[in-house]
Amino acid sequence: MSTEEREKQNSSERQTRRAVSDRRVEGVTQPIAPAVEAARQVELTINGQAVEAWEGMTLLQAAQSVGISIPTLCHHKELSTYGACRLCSVEVIRGRRSRIVASCIYPVEDGIEVLTESEKVAKHRKIILELIQARWPWVDKELLEKYGAQPGRFEEKTDFCILCGLCVRYCTEVKKANCLGFVGRGAERQIVIYPERAIEMCPTCEGGNMGCRSVCPTGTMPNEFAHTGPRFGKKLPLAYPVKSYSEDNVREVLHTVGDWRMPWVRSQTMPGK
Amino acid sequence: MEQQDLSKVDEIIDKYESNSESLIQILLDVQNEYRWLSRPILSQVCERLDIPMTHAYHIATFYKHFSLLPQGRHPISVCLGTACHVRGATRLLDRVVQAIGIEPGQTTPDEKFTLNTVNCLGCCALGPALVVDGEYRSNLNAKELADIVASAD
Repeated sequence: MSTEEREKQNSSERQTRRAVSDRRVEGVTQPIAPAVEAARQVELTINGQAVEAWEGMTLLQAAQSVGISIPTLCHHKELSTYGACRLCSVEVIRGRRSRIVASCIYPVEDGIEVLTESEKVAKHRKIILELIQARWPWVDKELLEKYGAQPGRFEEKTDFCILCGLCVRYCTEVKKANCLGFVGRGAERQIVIYPERAIEMCPTCEGGNMGCRSVCPTGTMPNEFAHTGPRFGKKLPLAYPVKSYSEDNVREVLHTVGDWRMPWVRSQTMPGK
Repeated sequence: MEQQDLSKVDEIIDKYESNSESLIQILLDVQNEYRWLSRPILSQVCERLDIPMTHAYHIATFYKHFSLLPQGRHPISVCLGTACHVRGATRLLDRVVQAIGIEPGQTTPDEKFTLNTVNCLGCCALGPALVVDGEYRSNLNAKELADIVASAD
């Protein structure tokens, strides 16, 4: 086969694949294209339904492409995948083995069987919701009821931030501002503000409406920057003390900017995009 | 705080060809040189590697080996493992605390000593044991401790 012929065949193959992919995503708002041009096609079943996907896609994308919804929290289509909240856990069965994986980071594989609402999955989600609830008591009621999550199983520590990392990823990836970051590990992990960066970048971010607020599912961010009521108690610490201005000083600068409304993150709207 | 000489930081980063993927290795070498990671040091590392400060702090606070607080020139680790404990590790710790005047986790103001407790040094037969400057010592009495304090620079 000559190079030309091969190229011709390749391009026609690509076109067919696009056509398949277009058909698949019909009626889905989020267009899902193969991650890599001419990626290999894989076939799997999700909830008994045969699904075609491209290598490199995640289980979550594959499920969404056929209209199966999986609850997510720390996932955002505009940000890097993170896999922190585990709310999108699904059961993956291969042969006789079954395991629970986070669908937002698990790549599709040939021949696997995925269950998004099995008993095992429901049990996991219930615990995950209860854990989140122990930090932030205003979790979506519908979700709590659906999985039968009850408050009180885990010790309550309402420090509001559930460490989903949406604000950090937004600030780093979309804004490239690097005002926020994680420090510590395990139970000591927290989000801190980098004062010099925040003073410089935050007042102009999204016209003073700082994007990190609108991706925060819990309202920890707005509390930090503008006090909005007794519901928000926690203050984010600074990464380190700064001589030239005090912690209150930084807060005051950030306090003066913008009004805050609290959208639930699953609306998946991304400011500045 | 006096201005730190950051030339060693540059040297270390040059050795790794300013490769930001070697961040952990660079931080390890820098900490070996300066004993701890001060903010000017981290700023310098970030600037040279062209990475945000958030990233360096993320790494430096994640690994327990890295210290963001000044460390003494002579680290002392007192073992509080089971074997040492039954052989009187708490009394040994009290003696050390008295000899150098700081609590575990602290560093003397002159940055001479840093005192830490550990859960086992792996030399239970020596218990109650401690390590000072990498040297394992067994059941030190008050006089031996005083000698250590006096001979340290």
